[in-house]
Amino acid sequence: MDKLMPLDEAVARYVQDGMVIAMGTGLESCIPFAAGHEMIRQGRRNLALVGPISDILFDQLIGAGCVSHVAAAWVGNVGAGIAYNFRRAMEEGIPQPLAIEDHSNLTVALAVSAAAQGVPYLPTRTALGSDIVRDHPRVREVTCPFTGERLLAVGALRPDLTVLHVQRCDRHGNAHLWGNLGISLDAARAAGAVLLTCEEVVADEVIRRDPNRTLVPGFLVSAVVVVPYGSHPSPTQGYVNRDGPFYDEYHAETQTREGFLAWLDRMVLTTGGHAGYLRRLGDTRVAGLRPRAARLAVPVNYGF
Amino acid sequence: MVAAAAREIRDGELVFVGMRLPLLGFAVARALHAPRAVGLFENGVIRDTPPSAPIITMGDPPNIAGAVACTTLVDVMSHLQWGRVDVGFLGGAEVDRYGNLNTTWAAEGERRIRLPGSGGAADIAALSRRTVIIMHHERRRFPERVRYLTSPGYGTGPAWRETVGLRRGGPSRVISSLGIFGFDPASCEMVLESVHPGVTVEEVRSQTGWAVSVRPDLGETREPSRDELDVLRRFDPDGLWTG
Repeated sequence: MDKLMPLDEAVARYVQDGMVIAMGTGLESCIPFAAGHEMIRQGRRNLALVGPISDILFDQLIGAGCVSHVAAAWVGNVGAGIAYNFRRAMEEGIPQPLAIEDHSNLTVALAVSAAAQGVPYLPTRTALGSDIVRDHPRVREVTCPFTGERLLAVGALRPDLTVLHVQRCDRHGNAHLWGNLGISLDAARAAGAVLLTCEEVVADEVIRRDPNRTLVPGFLVSAVVVVPYGSHPSPTQGYVNRDGPFYDEYHAETQTREGFLAWLDRMVLTTGGHAGYLRRLGDTRVAGLRPRAARLAVPVNYGF
Repeated sequence: MVAAAAREIRDGELVFVGMRLPLLGFAVARALHAPRAVGLFENGVIRDTPPSAPIITMGDPPNIAGAVACTTLVDVMSHLQWGRVDVGFLGGAEVDRYGNLNTTWAAEGERRIRLPGSGGAADIAALSRRTVIIMHHERRRFPERVRYLTSPGYGTGPAWRETVGLRRGGPSRVISSLGIFGFDPASCEMVLESVHPGVTVEEVRSQTGWAVSVRPDLGETREPSRDELDVLRRFDPDGLWTG
């Protein structure tokens, strides 16, 4: 089945107000910024975002007023530390109050893994004694039925939608990913639907030539959108490097609410789409983010 | 501080590296005295060489290129939970006398300040065989008791970790901008072991929120060697982490 469609159509079809959405599951890489920006442009509201380390994408969606809940281990700016929209929402309820379900990276990963496996919880030894798990809606202390040990049970967290940015996939959504994977694979398996943005769509044959690299099978995927630089400013290995200065510029510009609103207007609301966003960045800057040299893997032999 | 962090890594150890300064500490250790150390990164990266080029975060492409393995968060953290990780690195907004860390809520006077949160820190603190904490040393960052316990040290003191169900671990060192601390095995309290060149014990005391113990044979922290400085300059050419 051909699932290719433009970004605005994919977001219009698959992202509804109030949904639980896992994004930024790659941990610092392949963060689906372009898809998040389209959610802002289409004015989605009351989203519940799920992700371990969310990069500044969560901060942008929070500042734009799209978010009422976050379940995460860390909400900040991977380059500069503090994320100001997150702080304003948590401390002052600006632009709206934000409910947070705090996690460690492993507890949020296990919550999503439990959903991916179709079980109500998974046990763990992590986070015992931490205030994070005190009175937690999704983490309970349990006694192991086999050993009698004290463990934590992490309840399943099932996203309605997972959004991933990947290097390449075919038009059915069979996706090749490489580099660090974070919780992307479990997030895809756990979700009710998956929206893929990719650097390039390739022929079915390219995927089948290297099936070990197909880490998201197409039967999980609802929509495929070609969005080169769709993870900017985060990197996509082999296609786009991190735009380091962007994080510092964003940090400086968004320190005040007014500063953020000006940033949002310039970089998201008035761009008309991702192509317009890239034009605002400028051709030189965008071209400079391409890898300077290729580092190709040695082919593997699937012969028989 | 980076050189001191690097010296905490022994050859052949499995190291949970974490973010910022420890990235550089791991690179220094790997290049000098710990050529067989292996680094784990919570995004799914396993490396046994320094990054292919200077990096800001663990997700930067030079940390992936040339890695031993790239996998998932749960895969890498399973080594941590199993008990294979010898040492993990941590930092935070606050550390207290028992080595508990807060990276969730801080305060300026009456005002509550929301920090980014745990990330992988609570996991590293709970599950590593030992941890090393790196902190900028200011009085507000060294309170007697953390306002919020994000990542467990020794909790309220002896036997606390066992009582809450933690099977191993706890902080072995705190490397601050003023000195290096160990932990007393009986009381589980932080003990000043050395001061950095030019720093006095009085200065450390005035910047610490409790009456901190000092080892009778208090020393001076060894200055970075020429080799350590050379490696630092190679991996942090712009002085981003080392000024």
